[in-house]
Amino acid sequence: MLRKAARYPIYIGLLSGCAFPSQMSAASHEAIMDAIRAAELSAHNSWVLISAALVLMMTGPGLALFYGGLVRKKNVLGTMMHSFCLMAVASVLWAVIGYSLAFAEGSPLVGGLKYALLRDVGMEPNPTYAAGLPHLTFMAFQMMFAVITPALISGAFAERMKFSAMLLFMVLWLLVVYSPLAHMVWGSGGLLNAFSGGLIPCLDFAGGTVVHISSGVSALVCALVLGKRLGYPHEPIRPHNLPLSVAGACLLWIGWFGFNAGSALSSGGLAASAFVATQLGAASGALAWMLAEWAHNKKPSTLGAITGAVAGLVAITPAAGFVFPIHGLIIGAAAGLACYLMVAKAKARWGYDDSLDAFGVHGVGGTVGALLTGVFATRAVNAGLVDPSGAALPLGWIDGNAVQLLRQLFGVLVASALAAAGTAILLRLVDWLVGLRVDPEDEIRGLDLALHGEEAYSLES
Amino acid sequence: MKKIEAIIQPFKLEEVKQALAAAGVGGMTVTEVRGHGRQKGHTEIYRGREYVIDLIAKVKVEVVIPDDRVDEVIDAIASAARTGRIGDGKIFVTDVIEAVRIRNNERGQAAL
Repeated sequence: MLRKAARYPIYIGLLSGCAFPSQMSAASHEAIMDAIRAAELSAHNSWVLISAALVLMMTGPGLALFYGGLVRKKNVLGTMMHSFCLMAVASVLWAVIGYSLAFAEGSPLVGGLKYALLRDVGMEPNPTYAAGLPHLTFMAFQMMFAVITPALISGAFAERMKFSAMLLFMVLWLLVVYSPLAHMVWGSGGLLNAFSGGLIPCLDFAGGTVVHISSGVSALVCALVLGKRLGYPHEPIRPHNLPLSVAGACLLWIGWFGFNAGSALSSGGLAASAFVATQLGAASGALAWMLAEWAHNKKPSTLGAITGAVAGLVAITPAAGFVFPIHGLIIGAAAGLACYLMVAKAKARWGYDDSLDAFGVHGVGGTVGALLTGVFATRAVNAGLVDPSGAALPLGWIDGNAVQLLRQLFGVLVASALAAAGTAILLRLVDWLVGLRVDPEDEIRGLDLALHGEEAYSLES
Repeated sequence: MKKIEAIIQPFKLEEVKQALAAAGVGGMTVTEVRGHGRQKGHTEIYRGREYVIDLIAKVKVEVVIPDDRVDEVIDAIASAARTGRIGDGKIFVTDVIEAVRIRNNERGQAAL
């Protein structure tokens, strides 16, 4: 009843408009159109605002729990603090200047300062990015991506990095790597932006390059520059609480609907398509890793299943709103297998210590997803890319546009190169300024006590 | 007086407690411990990395009893804790010089 009542004025307006077109004044026609636009904006806005909140939930508590359970119990607070603190730091930075560097008009490589301090970012839509949403909603949705991306990197240097160095590095990383890359892929006039006349048009629906390849490759550089944890790999460094990680992975999975389906920036069919693709990617990623591990090690582990789900989610991210949802099964499974081989086989051979496999899951899964987007993207799902006459252009290989695969590869290389070079230089700078690693005594005592002056589990109290 | 320390499989604690109660042993101290004898642990695999866990969770039951009941109590514990497989645990017997009941300062066997 309530719903009917709410729709009533528009209904009457439409009826009268259809029944007596000749009598309808231009003014009343305009009023009806305004009411329709307001209703549409309201519908899109509610979904994207909820999506923004879901994406924030991926960082806290999702990632904080996922990573927190994987470390030793002396480092669980220090690890959760990375994710939680970045919820605050990245939000501040985004409002002050990050959003502007990513989304204001600028060069193909980085945005300008027009939106610094959220100037001109208000309740009116910004048609460049989302004509159906308040500009503030778009900004807030993107803010949550800027929160989770650096938090993903923290898995690589868990259990050994100074808190001060982490903060300084992340602030610089957001400005030097994240915002420019987001501008190149999604920003108006960006180098890789397929929808805005980019030189090399790449397809990245929800952040395969911007979020996952950038964080994954940066994570690998962090692991290499910081070096191994004391005792790795000859001492057992086991997850201290896998149930926390299971809870975290489930929250990531749920939050990912906001990440991918929210990236439709609307609440219609495209959001639904991305939603289903996301679910299928996660599911087949979990099964692929679990079965591979079962065959290899004789036991299907919980940690394997949840890691596979995250790998599948990472890979479906760039593809979600471009592919038939059923192809999410192939993309998720490919990522589950590729990430399993990377984490369980290649990492041991190469001997780097990416503590929580940020590279193995996000770098590898992101690359698999970016390339397979070039294969499976189709205009039958997303007709957003049009020629001057308004006809939808072919997207991926299955549309007969095989060259897209090369463009995707180019996008992967640009994102990787920027992330690797930026991270390597910034880490040197931070090392010179404050030092990257905690003292060996503090590392042995644990970061919770040494850096934060508290313990996670004091059962006597 | 003798102290009997029995290191047993955690899942056998309930049966050992019942056996001790049936044998008329009034008190005991139970601790969760880790260690290994010949069993030498097990392997765990996390994301493909294999760890040998050589210290295994066990339960230690300690009782102090009069000298003449040692064999009877050892038999009660051993038969309750035995599965016949590696990892069933061990029993150690030591001399106890003195016992004190803190509440009323009773000494010796009266304090047990």
